[in-house]
Amino acid sequence: MRYLGLIWMNVWRRRIRTIFTLLSIFIAFLLFGIVMTVRNAFSLGVEVAGIDRLVLINKVTLILPLPISYKQKIQKTPGVQEVTHETWFNGAYQQPSNVLNTMAVEPDSFLKIYSEFKVPAEQIAKWQTDRQGAIVGKDLAARYGWKLGDRVPLLSAIWQPKEPWQFNIDGIYDAGPSVDKTQFFFRYDYLDENRNISTARNTVGWYIVKIDDPSRAAELGQTFDAMFANSSAETKTTTEKGFIEGFAKQIGDIGAITIAIASIVLFMFGLIAASTMVQSVRERTSELAVLKTLGFTDVRILALVLSESLFVTVGGGGLGLIAAWLIVQRGDPTGQLPVFILSQTDIAAGIILMVLMGLVAGIMPALSAMRLQITDALRRT
Amino acid sequence: MTWLRQTIAVMLINLQTIPSRLGSSIVAIIGIAGVVIVFVSVLSISSGFSSAMTGTGAPDRALILRKGVDTEMTSGLEGTEVRIIREAPGIRYDGDSPLVSAELSVVIDLPKKSKPDWTANVPMRGIQPETPKVRSEMKIIEGRMLRFGTDEAIVGKGAKSQFVGLNVGDTIVSAQNRWTVVGTFEAGGGVAESEIWCDVQNLQNVYHRTNGFSVVLAKLESVESFGRLNDWLMKNPQVQVGVQRENDYYSSQSKTMTSIINTLGFGIASLMAVGAVFGAILTMYTAVASRSREIATLRALGFNTISVIVSVLAESVVLGGIGGLVGALAAYAAFDGFQTSTMNFQTFSQVAFAFQVTPALFITGLVYALSIGLVGGLLPAIRAARLPISKALREL
Repeated sequence: MRYLGLIWMNVWRRRIRTIFTLLSIFIAFLLFGIVMTVRNAFSLGVEVAGIDRLVLINKVTLILPLPISYKQKIQKTPGVQEVTHETWFNGAYQQPSNVLNTMAVEPDSFLKIYSEFKVPAEQIAKWQTDRQGAIVGKDLAARYGWKLGDRVPLLSAIWQPKEPWQFNIDGIYDAGPSVDKTQFFFRYDYLDENRNISTARNTVGWYIVKIDDPSRAAELGQTFDAMFANSSAETKTTTEKGFIEGFAKQIGDIGAITIAIASIVLFMFGLIAASTMVQSVRERTSELAVLKTLGFTDVRILALVLSESLFVTVGGGGLGLIAAWLIVQRGDPTGQLPVFILSQTDIAAGIILMVLMGLVAGIMPALSAMRLQITDALRRT
Repeated sequence: MTWLRQTIAVMLINLQTIPSRLGSSIVAIIGIAGVVIVFVSVLSISSGFSSAMTGTGAPDRALILRKGVDTEMTSGLEGTEVRIIREAPGIRYDGDSPLVSAELSVVIDLPKKSKPDWTANVPMRGIQPETPKVRSEMKIIEGRMLRFGTDEAIVGKGAKSQFVGLNVGDTIVSAQNRWTVVGTFEAGGGVAESEIWCDVQNLQNVYHRTNGFSVVLAKLESVESFGRLNDWLMKNPQVQVGVQRENDYYSSQSKTMTSIINTLGFGIASLMAVGAVFGAILTMYTAVASRSREIATLRALGFNTISVIVSVLAESVVLGGIGGLVGALAAYAAFDGFQTSTMNFQTFSQVAFAFQVTPALFITGLVYALSIGLVGGLLPAIRAARLPISKALREL
């Protein structure tokens, strides 16, 4: 701590150079934060998916439905706590291309399984009595200015496309930061009674099953699939996490692309920081020799140079990460992404990376400063 | 003309001495190359995707879906409607029969080659004997055409390259359904190459959609006869359909994806460019500082300030150009033609495509790099010009 003043003076020795190095590190970590946020958005909330939830879809493909009669059979299987189902509605608001994340569900079992959705009790009670009722995510309600009691018409290209379906906003759900709050849930009975395709009656999109013991997930999955084998609608059971991951993988390897970009960015700016440190130490050879003459130990010189380099990367990087965080707090600029958060894991990774960058950038010049022979160095000038 | 001669002379000295400042120059070059790599490769994704989507969209083909529907996946047409559409005016004839292809489009889950543990939605299309005449760009490149009335299938070359088990002779297993692959086809690089084709009647039976179709594709007499067909269908109360030109349909399909990729690509590349400008400024400041005595000497000898400014800028632009070239070439070498597939959200199914580093993209990347060099050199150039001569000469 005694040398803080010395480090400070050294850092600002060449003011312009330090400012621009700080700025480029700032940009590097701002980018890091944003790229990681995009990555989270495309992983569709995999981290929060329940490990005790299984998803049963039609074995041919997710788009084909399953009979509603499966519910009872699943419910009776030992180890099953609760079963619910969802059906994709493809509801579009205001114009046909503006498709919202709309799903027909069974309110009671749905809310029991998805306990992460927080809905006030009186709103749930209203929904249970209102056939045309819907509960919507906080972000979706905010996007269109919907309030409780509003009547919302949605067009569905799949079900009864000629006239809009009418819904009442009975509830607005809130949830943790990494949960998608742009979804629209309404009652399955309303859909099933009014859809025009008769063959689709009594079918649902997929089942979600909450089980007692997550370690039995694989075994139960096989039980279900065997139960419906050789029927006209065979099933494929996965954990909810696997299901969402599989869905995200369909988009392509966003994870690999974002990591590649982040690595290029960090490498490129790390190089700038390193080259600045090399120059700064080279310029000060004689000064360092004087410090040594005054009795500074080798280790202390090493620490001195490393702290300078750390100051630049952690200072610039920290500000960059804070800036990224502030930008992310303001919300998703495209209005399309389901989640838009900078997770704590990524912030921690960012901090570790800036410390590493400081050490790597400073180590070579620090070592050469440490090894400096006083006589040589003083003679050189 | 003296100033021009002076400028050129100083510029040459600067450029010739770059090797003595190799370290910091390389840092600037790598920085700029990094920006260009990210910029060019991200945008090559969207140019590849949109060219796959629009590749086969022909203006002289009409695509007919159920009214109010904007994708094949959500569309449904009855056999009776298809029969009426076949009688519509404006459609080209081959002998006695209209060039109309009524198709059923579904998706099946198949494992991806890149990630065999995960399955993806592969589009499967039921076709009719007329289909190859309507989709005239379609060509069998391996094996043979499927026989109608059997459970044979042919596979687009994009789908074959991306998914497991689609070689000639393989059997496609989807739940209880089986298809035998008898051929591979190409379709002018278009989205159909991501699909598996089989007999439409076979597909209708398997999916319990007797006489059900999702789309009708009609070859027009000419590009202009679209209006005639459209008017006739709109006025006919027996059909509830929407008509689009095929190319319009596919370009609207690719819009969401390309706009997301372009926004991200430009956003990330602009921020990186700002960082690279800082890198270039640092490099050029170092270059100016290490030569402050030379610069002062030149100015004391009577060289004018413009020549000093231009020479610094030139050095910075040259570094930018080298960085840009390196970056664009690296992106080209690494990504051009890179085969991948992604999900098209509108149809919920996979589209196979290749990254495309187009000449336009290459040049944009280079221009980008040169601009970074120019902007980065500006401040240091002014500083060099304003260096007090006496002070600089006294410096060590």
